[in-house]
Amino acid sequence: MSALLRAEELWKSFGDREVLRGVSLEVSAHEVVAVIGASGSGKSTLLRCLNLLEPIDDGRILLGDEDISDPRVNANRARSRFGAVFQSYNLFPHLSVLDNVTLASRAVHKVPRPEAEERGLTLLGRVGLADKAREHPDRLSGGQQQRAAIVRAIATDPEILLLDEITSALDPELVGEVLELVRELADEGTTILMATHEMSFARDVAHRVVFLDAGRILEQGPPAEVFANPRAERTKEFLARFRA
Amino acid sequence: MTDAPHQPSGLELERRAYRKRQSTRSVFVAVASTIAFAVVVWLTIVNTPGWAAVQQSFFDPATALAALPRVWDGFLLNLQVLGLSVITVAIAATALALLRTLRGPVFFPVRVLAAAYTDFFRGVPLIIVLYLVGFGIPALFNARIPLIVLGTAAITITYSAYVSEVIRAGIEAVHPSQRLAARALGLGYARTLQLVVLPQALRKMTPPLMNDFVSMQKDVGLISILGAVDAVRAAQIETALSYNFTPYVVAGLLFVLLAIPTVRLTDWYTARLREREQMGSIV
Repeated sequence: MSALLRAEELWKSFGDREVLRGVSLEVSAHEVVAVIGASGSGKSTLLRCLNLLEPIDDGRILLGDEDISDPRVNANRARSRFGAVFQSYNLFPHLSVLDNVTLASRAVHKVPRPEAEERGLTLLGRVGLADKAREHPDRLSGGQQQRAAIVRAIATDPEILLLDEITSALDPELVGEVLELVRELADEGTTILMATHEMSFARDVAHRVVFLDAGRILEQGPPAEVFANPRAERTKEFLARFRA
Repeated sequence: MTDAPHQPSGLELERRAYRKRQSTRSVFVAVASTIAFAVVVWLTIVNTPGWAAVQQSFFDPATALAALPRVWDGFLLNLQVLGLSVITVAIAATALALLRTLRGPVFFPVRVLAAAYTDFFRGVPLIIVLYLVGFGIPALFNARIPLIVLGTAAITITYSAYVSEVIRAGIEAVHPSQRLAARALGLGYARTLQLVVLPQALRKMTPPLMNDFVSMQKDVGLISILGAVDAVRAAQIETALSYNFTPYVVAGLLFVLLAIPTVRLTDWYTARLREREQMGSIV
C-alpha cells in the first residue's frame, strides 16, 4: 500500500542554520507516528514544512498521489487536507469555542452554519466541552483549550492530523486529558503524525517512532524496538535522559 | 556543521526556475496593466472639454517656476512649525496617555481631566482651535506672540489629543501577561512601563502614529489663516499676482513630497521589526 503522506529528502534552513538535512518519512493511512528528539532537532519545523506553513528548500512532499510541494499546487487547498494542533493552542481569542471549531468548515469547506455547528457541538460534547461552546477560549483552562484546538483540527475530517508538542505547554495534571483524547482518535484509526516529548505516550500509542537529531532521522521503528534497543548512540543518550 | 553545503536537487532547481518564470511573468503583467491604465486615464483627462483651460490655469510650468521661490520660503515656515510640533505633541500626548493609565483612586480627577481633554479636543475642528489660540492668546497676554509659537500651540493642543489615544490604545494592547511577567521580576510600575510595555506598545503604535504624523504634516498648512506667510499663504499671494492657480498645485506637491518619505520609512521600519522578531515565513 502506498503511503498517505510521503516526504522525500526535505531540506530547510533559516538563514545559514540548517534545520532539516535530508529528512525522508512516510506515514501510511491509519498509522500513528511519533517524532521524538531534543529541542531544536527540527521536529516542529518538519511538521510545519509538511503542511506547507514553511516553504522547503529542497525535497518533495506527497499527500496521496499529489506532489503538494509543487509550486503549481494550490497550497491553501493542500493545507485544508491536514489538521494541525500547535503547542500553544493558537485558538482565535475573538471567536467563541464553537466558532473556532466551525470556522474552517464554514469558510473553507462551505458547510452551512447549522450543519457545521451541529457537528461542532457533537465533537465538543465528545471531549466534554459542550458547556463551553459559547465561551471564549481565554476563559478555558489549558487542557480545555487544547482539547478545543484538537476538535478544531478534526472538525473538517482531515486526512492526517499533525500534532506539534501539544502537551508541552500544559501542566502534568492536564496532560492526561489531552493525551486521552489523542489515544481515542488513534484507536478510531485517525492518521496521526506527532512531535512529542511524552515518551511513555509515544511508546503506548504510536505504531512507529522516529528519532530526529540535528535535522536528520537517525533511526525509526516500532516503539518497542526503538525504546528497548536503540541502535544509534545519540538515541541511547537521548532516551537515557528520559529514563533517569 | 562542517558538512559541505547542500546542493539543490534537480527537482528543486526546476521549481526555482518555475518560480522565477512566474515572477518574471508577474512583473510583465504589472507593467503592462500599469501602462494601459495610465493611457486610459490620460486619454480620459485630455479629452474632457475644459482640459485646455484647466491645464493653462492649474498646470502652467512658467507660473510654477516663478512661484516656487516664494512658496518654498513659506514651506520652510511650515517645516519649522512641524518640527516643533512633533516634539511638543510627543511630550504632551505621552503625558496625557500616561495620566489616563494611572491606577488608584487618588488619581481619579487626573484621569477624568485627561479623558475630558482628549474627548473635547478631538471634537473641536483644528481651524477653530487655531482661531481661538491665534487671536485669543495674544489678547490674553496683551502681547505680540510670534505666529510660529501660536501655530505650534494650536496644533499641539489638537494633535496631542489624537496621539494620546493612539498611545493609550497601544499600551493597552500589550498583553497583560507581559505586565505580570515584568512585575514578577520585581520591576515597579514605571520601570515596567518603560522597559517592557512601551517598547512593545511602540510597535503596535507605529502605523497609526505615522498616519497622524502625515496628517499633521499637511495640517500645518492651516496656520496660514493666522496670517503667517507659509506655503499656502505664499501660494495664495502668487495666485493673486498671476491670476493662475498653479502656485496652489506647487504648494500641494511640496506637501506630498514631504509625506512620501515618512510613509516609506514606516513601511520599511515595520517590515524590519517583523523580520527580526519572527522566525520563518508568514503564510
